[in-house]
Amino acid sequence: MINSNEELLNLYRVMLTIRRFEERVVIDYHSGAIPGIVHSYIGQEAVATGVCTNLRLDDRIISNHRGHGHCIAKGADLNRMMAEMYGRKTGYCKGKGGSMHIADFKIGMLGANGIVAGGLPIAGGAALAAQLEGGDKVVVLFFGDGATNEGEFHEVLNLASIWKLPLIFACENNGYGVNTPVKYTTGLEHVSERATGGYGIPSVVVDGNDVVAVYDATKKAVAGVRTGEGPVFLEFITYRWRGHFEAPGMPDLRPVEELEAWKKKCPVLRFERALLEKGIVTKQTLEEIDVQVMQQIEDAVNYALESPLPAPEDALEDVYSA
Amino acid sequence: MRKITYEEAASEALLEEFRRDDKTVHLSTDIPPDLRQEFGEARIRQTPISESSFVGAAIGLAGSGFRPVVNVRMATFGFVAMDQFVNQAAKITYMFGGQAKFPIVYRMTVGASKSFAAQHSISPYSMYMNVPGLKIILPATPYDMKGLMKTAIRDNNPVISFEHMALGAMEGEVPEEEYTIPFGRAVVRQEGTDVTVVALAKMMHETLAVVEDMKQEGISIEVIDPCTLAPLDGETIKASVAKTGRLVVVDEACITGSVAAEIITIVIEDTEIFRCLKSSPKRVCGLDVPIPYSPPMEQYALPDRDNIKAGIRGVMT
Repeated sequence: MINSNEELLNLYRVMLTIRRFEERVVIDYHSGAIPGIVHSYIGQEAVATGVCTNLRLDDRIISNHRGHGHCIAKGADLNRMMAEMYGRKTGYCKGKGGSMHIADFKIGMLGANGIVAGGLPIAGGAALAAQLEGGDKVVVLFFGDGATNEGEFHEVLNLASIWKLPLIFACENNGYGVNTPVKYTTGLEHVSERATGGYGIPSVVVDGNDVVAVYDATKKAVAGVRTGEGPVFLEFITYRWRGHFEAPGMPDLRPVEELEAWKKKCPVLRFERALLEKGIVTKQTLEEIDVQVMQQIEDAVNYALESPLPAPEDALEDVYSA
Repeated sequence: MRKITYEEAASEALLEEFRRDDKTVHLSTDIPPDLRQEFGEARIRQTPISESSFVGAAIGLAGSGFRPVVNVRMATFGFVAMDQFVNQAAKITYMFGGQAKFPIVYRMTVGASKSFAAQHSISPYSMYMNVPGLKIILPATPYDMKGLMKTAIRDNNPVISFEHMALGAMEGEVPEEEYTIPFGRAVVRQEGTDVTVVALAKMMHETLAVVEDMKQEGISIEVIDPCTLAPLDGETIKASVAKTGRLVVVDEACITGSVAAEIITIVIEDTEIFRCLKSSPKRVCGLDVPIPYSPPMEQYALPDRDNIKAGIRGVMT
């Protein structure tokens, strides 16, 4: 369904940007430069990329605690993202949000959310807004398999179903809610069966490590949602390479062999190989893209480092809007 | 002036503001017939009994340029959606650095007195007052209901309107012409010289009812209605205490961790006002029990006029 090499290279560039951004964030977190809590998106890059490259600027997304990839794929500014991680005044949220709460309303990124399933009702409201506006805007809701055990998940599936909301449920099933396997927390083969069996929402299970498969499935979903067919549930099967969050003392209880097997299915390398095998791109072009991406990340870190920290009393601002 | 009920005043406010701004949307399990008839099903939307979803949906609507009004009905049902109130609605403006506005009104009834028992009777405003990012109105008269509700709908923040269950049918003067009431202005309902009595919601009316009896005993009370709790008009209360030198706060919410405690603290933390005090301030509040069902117990759990009078006499010593 992707016709131009340009589109394919764009997918590659977005995916690689997320990977390089996340690698740098992990390093800077462990060096102490980035405070707080960081949830790495490494391993899941194909999902954010394949989904968001199907969206227009005026389409809206809602993200979660593992949200850097969604922001980047929706077109967020890397400098302001990195500045937010670094707690700087120039960050997206003026240093008030950090890693888990990046938002850019101007590009339709209505915010990452630190509470599992907390953003789901908000996405329902954003989709209702799109419906009331009467255009063909869509809303994409990113959440993990863990969120599907929360009550808010079921409430919003129901609302989306009865109101035929223009909402795409983008479930990133990475196999674990923190350290608990989805096989233990879910009595079904796929969490998407809850949406289809319980709420009559059509669903598709997609290889979340194949960016083209993600792109194609989303393209079809977006087309249907834009024409008023109601919500769609996409379950992307994927895996995170890092622990639930970056924490020195936090044990990762997942089997090592399982992690290694998934690393062999790396979404970035897999796509890179496909591009090379089909002769769409040369090794040299890919290396050039990598150099450019690395420079962007370096620039973002420098922007963050050169930006001022907020004044302590800035804490008093923005509690209320004027 | 014409008289209408507290509930009619709320309906009028909604009707006028929905006509004024076509970005307003109403979400509730029970549909207000007048709004539905004039504005249709899409804007006056019926919801399933699914509090988290519609309390949260209002945030998404607001962040997308709409101005939702949500009728949660009883405050006890609001607890089902606490994540959306506390973690989401209250914090979202701040967390995102003020880049978007979230104009939302959440209506909830509070109070007791109808034998509805513990899960349908509560006055939880101090819990929400402890959450920065929310504004809170507590209208006690039809006039205030209409004026504060119109201001709430025009405000660019999440506003919770706590409406006492026993006041719905109460009539009061409400002008035909347009008006709004700014937040953060307490009203002196009765002027007096000996004791400042800050009284909330229905207790404001109960306190006004003892003014004459107190006068017979030679005690002149000044009755203040805060009208809004966030923001809270501490200045009007302090100015009154500076004059009377005595303070009683009357509220039917449980006494521990109460708005009454906060009001007394605001007064006594001000060194100048503290020096004016002739006696220790006193709270006349609900007992620390879930609201019981059977009338004798329920009445016992809530302050009544005798409790209010005793409280006032207590600060005269």
